[in-house]
Amino acid sequence: MELHRAGAVVTGGGRGLGAAVAERLARAGARVVLVARNRAELDLVAARIRSEGGDAHVLVADVGDKRAVYPIAGAAEALAGPIDLVVHAASDLGHVPLRLLLDTDCEELEHVLAVNVLGPFRLTKALAGSMVLRGRGTVVNVTSDASVAAYPRWGAYGVSKAALDHLGRIWGAELAGTGVRFVTVDPGEMDTKMHADAMPEADRSTLPSPDVAADRIVAMIRAIESVPDGARLEASSWTPPASTGATAEGKETRS
Amino acid sequence: MKPATGPRDAGTERLLILDPQAGAIRHALVGDLPGLLRAGDLLVVNDAATLPASLAGTAPGGARVEVRLAGENPDGTWRAVLFGAGDWRTPTEHRPAPPPLAPGDRIDFAPDLSARVEHVATLHTRLVELRFDRDGAALWTALYRHGRPVQYSYLTAPLELWSVQTPYAARPWAVEAPSAGRPLRFALLSALARRGVRIATLTHAAGLSSTGDVALDAALPLPERFEIPAATVDAIRTTRAAGGRIVAVGTTVVRALEGSAALHHGAVVPGAGVTDLVVRKGFRPRVVDGLFTGMHEPTASHFELLHAFAPDELLDRAYAEAEEHAYLGHEFGDASLLLAGAVS
Repeated sequence: MELHRAGAVVTGGGRGLGAAVAERLARAGARVVLVARNRAELDLVAARIRSEGGDAHVLVADVGDKRAVYPIAGAAEALAGPIDLVVHAASDLGHVPLRLLLDTDCEELEHVLAVNVLGPFRLTKALAGSMVLRGRGTVVNVTSDASVAAYPRWGAYGVSKAALDHLGRIWGAELAGTGVRFVTVDPGEMDTKMHADAMPEADRSTLPSPDVAADRIVAMIRAIESVPDGARLEASSWTPPASTGATAEGKETRS
Repeated sequence: MKPATGPRDAGTERLLILDPQAGAIRHALVGDLPGLLRAGDLLVVNDAATLPASLAGTAPGGARVEVRLAGENPDGTWRAVLFGAGDWRTPTEHRPAPPPLAPGDRIDFAPDLSARVEHVATLHTRLVELRFDRDGAALWTALYRHGRPVQYSYLTAPLELWSVQTPYAARPWAVEAPSAGRPLRFALLSALARRGVRIATLTHAAGLSSTGDVALDAALPLPERFEIPAATVDAIRTTRAAGGRIVAVGTTVVRALEGSAALHHGAVVPGAGVTDLVVRKGFRPRVVDGLFTGMHEPTASHFELLHAFAPDELLDRAYAEAEEHAYLGHEFGDASLLLAGAVS
């Protein structure tokens, strides 16, 4: 898709992968709406984007809160609409240190599902209807290998991401041919606060920066027409199609 | 006509069909719409989202007021209608008058939202231009935090923000829901597409439908802004060239399309505009062939507009028929289709 002047919403835009994706979208000319709970972090990202001449707006909200969703969608549409791109990068691990399922509170699982599954569903529902009638739009879900592998102690998070993967596939199947495209991306291990929260013993110096996955995801968004509807892809093994303009940019940004 | 008193499951609405060519009326369901249109027809919808445009505030001197936003102006001010103390539960015509306000007066809504009166209309002292104390994301966040959907006393419970959106809502330009599109769920839109009916969008800033003041109500609808995408103008052109019909979903779409045509020598052109066009009896539509809309009371300004699409006699008969068959009115009510050839 064409990113220049596109209206984009990035949840989890205050740090980590969300912030890295948002900065790249803004550099490509998108008008970006950053959504997260922490204003100070959002303001920093927005200030960086504006200092480079980009367009960024900040909405402080919790995507896991049902009542927050239409206000997010409405304000984003007012500030940067029509919104043609949504990146669901906000995510909740649940209790940290991570716990075994037998030690997981039911309310904790409910909360993780609210942020990681219901939030993306509600926000997509609020924004994708008009995309269908305009005949264009892209929705990116950020997932994890924990959605596929059964890692002990990753129960709440893993289940939520497995549900998100399948939600993306069904969105993709239902809206195939409408011009609205869905992709679910596993960014791989990254040096983020979330990673440190989940695996405090990991050696952060061995982890790639989220910038690497963010480059891939933005290349994927540019080449979204070549991505199968609703596909779940790994950022590290995805290569841009050889015949599109996205190829050169994808390689460039990774070099 | 009895009002629908709250949100209903979309898809259960009844549809009263008026065929001005045959002079005939027929009963159907909204779900029957695909069979009533032809391959090659074009349905045009208003994709404006509905903002929570009712704000409770305090005027200078401490008087409680309700501000109903009527639309945003290009200079960042907002047109608004003032109401005295109370809320939607009191019929608008029984609401106490707001204190007279003057330019410079401040209305406080919350610690993070206030507005100054910039201008009081000569038409009516309740019609004002306001400038909020913030803009951008701070303004929109505060509007969504403190605003409530505009609603009227025939409803039984406060409306949620999601209850006033169409399934395809985008930019929040409307202060009351463009409710004709509410029953158009995606299963129905898909069925229409399979039938060969094309669907196009525009954005029209649907305004307030009633203020409870005779003089002010007589001035409705106020000028409203709209934006028509190039793709929609193309779709209209190719539809007409191929002999298809243009069916507007809601009176706001009629106003946008005919308003654009009125501004441009009869041709709909892409882009943004503001229209003061009032469609009423005697108006000859230049763009719109048919109208899919709600059930409107003969006293409402929306009903006035129907006279441009059907003769008085047919409208009177249809209204009596709707009453007899207990159709429901207002934004969550039943629907009607005014289209030549729809009853064959």
